Amino acid sequence: MKMKNTIKYMALVALGLVACEPEFENSIEENEIYTNGEADFSNYVALGNSLTAGFADNALYIQGQENSYPNILAGQFELVGGGEFTQPLMNDNLGGLLLSGTQIQGTRLILDVDASGNPAPTNIPGTPTTEITNTLSGSFNNMGVPGAKSYHLVAEGYGSAAGVAVGQANPYFVRFRSSENASVLGDAVAQNPTFFSLWIGNNDVLGFATSGGVGVNQAGNFDPSTYGSSDITDPNVFGQVFSSEVDALMSSASGGVVLNIPSVTDTPFFTTVPYNPLSPALLGDQITMLNATYAQLNQAFAFLGVPERSIQFSTSGASGIVVRDESLTDISAQLTQVLIGAGLDAQTATIYGMQYGQARQANESDLVLLTSSSVIGTVNTDRVQELVSLGVPQQIAGQLAINGITYPMEDQHVLTPSEQQMITEATTAFNATIKAVADANGLAHVDANALLNQVANGGISYDGGSVTAVFATGGAFSLDGVHLTPRGYAIVANEIIKSVNSTYNSTVPMVNVGDYNGGPAIGSGVE
Amino acid sequence: MFFAAASYAGGYRVSTQGQRALAMGHSGVAVVNSAELAFFNPAGLVYLENKLNISAGVTGVISNVKWQNEMTGGYAETEKSIGTPFYLYASYAVTENLALGLSVYTPYGSSVEWPTDWAGSHLINNIDLQAIYIQPLVSFKLSEYFSVGGGPIYVTGAVNFNRNINRTLTDEQGVRSNVEVDASGVNAWGWSASAMFSPTENFRIGFNYRSEIILEAENGDATFNNVPNSPLAPVSSGTVAFDAELPMPAELTVGMSYQFCDKWLFAFDFNRTFWGVYESLDIDFAPENIPDSFNPRNYKNSSTYRFGLQYAALDKLDLRLGYYFDESPVQSGYFAPETPRNDSHGYTGGFSYQITPKIAVDASFVYLRFEEVNESYDHYQENGQEVSFGGTYKSNAFLPGLGVTVKL
Repeated sequence: MKMKNTIKYMALVALGLVACEPEFENSIEENEIYTNGEADFSNYVALGNSLTAGFADNALYIQGQENSYPNILAGQFELVGGGEFTQPLMNDNLGGLLLSGTQIQGTRLILDVDASGNPAPTNIPGTPTTEITNTLSGSFNNMGVPGAKSYHLVAEGYGSAAGVAVGQANPYFVRFRSSENASVLGDAVAQNPTFFSLWIGNNDVLGFATSGGVGVNQAGNFDPSTYGSSDITDPNVFGQVFSSEVDALMSSASGGVVLNIPSVTDTPFFTTVPYNPLSPALLGDQITMLNATYAQLNQAFAFLGVPERSIQFSTSGASGIVVRDESLTDISAQLTQVLIGAGLDAQTATIYGMQYGQARQANESDLVLLTSSSVIGTVNTDRVQELVSLGVPQQIAGQLAINGITYPMEDQHVLTPSEQQMITEATTAFNATIKAVADANGLAHVDANALLNQVANGGISYDGGSVTAVFATGGAFSLDGVHLTPRGYAIVANEIIKSVNSTYNSTVPMVNVGDYNGGPAIGSGVE
Repeated sequence: MFFAAASYAGGYRVSTQGQRALAMGHSGVAVVNSAELAFFNPAGLVYLENKLNISAGVTGVISNVKWQNEMTGGYAETEKSIGTPFYLYASYAVTENLALGLSVYTPYGSSVEWPTDWAGSHLINNIDLQAIYIQPLVSFKLSEYFSVGGGPIYVTGAVNFNRNINRTLTDEQGVRSNVEVDASGVNAWGWSASAMFSPTENFRIGFNYRSEIILEAENGDATFNNVPNSPLAPVSSGTVAFDAELPMPAELTVGMSYQFCDKWLFAFDFNRTFWGVYESLDIDFAPENIPDSFNPRNYKNSSTYRFGLQYAALDKLDLRLGYYFDESPVQSGYFAPETPRNDSHGYTGGFSYQITPKIAVDASFVYLRFEEVNESYDHYQENGQEVSFGGTYKSNAFLPGLGVTVKL
């Protein structure tokens, strides 16, 4: 009897001890370490564009969304009273969108290996499964909408499915707007955020930049409804919508953080392809003939007083591509005349005049777009057809239509200094507004411009090395050259935490950047 | 799994080789009491009074480890698992000067399960290490005061270990890439030798040495899971062979026991465990294109000091108390979360109750306390440089045990 009782007692003691856990003196789990200061993180709402949504590798997909900087932040805010953070997750890890079953956005990029063994970004195989008309129910803390410009956040009907086809609405917002007429800002304010982040305005210049400056600088035009997608937003329009957005969010929020606009020139999309990719080896034995042909042209340039437009390919080093610079005076007519005077037949002189009237060789001030790398040195078939229709023999037409060598690279491939100047001026103006609004409202302010400038110039070190802006391998930028990797977004999140802590006297801990993937996305998509 | 011993002592040594000794701080190299001598000091078996002595028992090891990192706010704790190391000892007195014995025990083992993909998952997700020692014994009395004992040891072991391939790699669906190494039926031989000196009835001195045994896993299975399907990935998903070895270090014990005031017994053991042999855990994957895994451990030899007291309270009831201080073999900067232990204090107690003249029940209980410690493992390699993983660790363990002693 006695023994039985003893065994029973022993068993009870053992069971009781299972529950007896070790306790830290100051436990993170028990909220004994960090403080929220003067900010209330219980309902954090993030507003912005693709960068806020977690866009990466030229697509929005679940894994990217999970590594969005708002989601990283929300994880840290949980330690200081932050609540649940919901995101309008895509349907898959392929990315891409369907509108009524038709694919309207491609899948994400992965780094694959081409036939000759070289790594190259390609779309991951597969068909997108995210149908935008399957609108998600409920509200979402991450209100980042890829493609949104500053004034889009206040636009009613920006999530109307019918508006997508005519360019009046955004397919990503269609997925989670509260109603056809809803605006992004309205849906955000309706959640009564206690804390917000706002990173908007990038696309107000980036649309222009990534299109190679084909759009219009709308400075002076105060009606954004007349803007095209590749235009630069007027700084006053930006200032007005940005302040109204902050005002609306501050109606319920205890505080927030705003981020400014990085320089487009710090992103690999504009810095990867050199202005002078034409090596003697690449040009081969054409080089003598090319230089002989251009010599005629150079004499004409000199005669017309524009010797700086001379084009010559080096036989010993790299040469710049031939570009068409819209900011140059169009001297097509004069050039034709001079060439005729020099003894060229009228047809050839006319074609040369048209082709090189605004041409020059690229120099270190030009930025060649990442997407142009696959175009340089290829035959422009549209141009060949044009020339053939003008009566040029097929073979000669082909010789005159080599992109960047005989045929000047068109506007959408190159950001010329004057285009860069417009972007810089707008960015500077936007950033002044962002800082002023932040100061006026006592908000935390993150100088994302300085941050990415540091990434691009020297890099940011972390426990596993250094994060730089080198395309694909630098660690900060994903394969589209514009959006960040999880590691890049983690760096942004840490910068936000620093700023929030100093503004609101909170002690939110930063994440370990090395725990976030900075490698290029790889894989085949084949199970 | 019949037993999976949770690692709770220094390294992956699990000191639960007898309830009577364990209740006295796991001291017993100079205590002549039961067949537990088969482990603690085979030389003493010849002093047992009965013809046939059997001791058997099992301990439930309940351990908890928590980790947190104040820099990042990360925290995690291991899954609660109950390890059950066991022992079975028998001795038979052939003549007055010669006894033979057999022992089966589990001195080494580890079972640690962190949450999958936790912050330290590039070092370990989980480990399950088991080693069973089987040992025939001979105990021989050289004189009235001096005896020797020992025998060969046959070990059969198994290990299963999983960690993520690195800190960030995932497959196309975002699932972390990991590798699981698995080897079982890993066998090896060793030996132990011991001596006991009994100058008086009340005072004994014991010595025991158990040899180092290296478990060499050959052609184990290493399975890479959830690796993205790309020639740019460091490895491919699938199973390959691997070789690895894990040392069960040698252990030297010296100690004494002193019987006083008729009913009291004091025992002291000193263990020196030669952990220095554990320099690195290296996994050699068979395919040449898969980089081998080198994981420096750099353990140091460590000491344990054990004190025990026994009081014969009643004819049928012996009460025991003990304490030990167990020095961790892990050096600063090598604090890997697979054996997340620092120096520990063990508080022990227990009793034996004689149910019948031939059968007694032995119970013991241990509470192991570890100081909170800020430590790191600084030798994980990423892109050719060492990346530290650390934080604050806090752990404890409870070990209730039951056994039986039979004397015929």
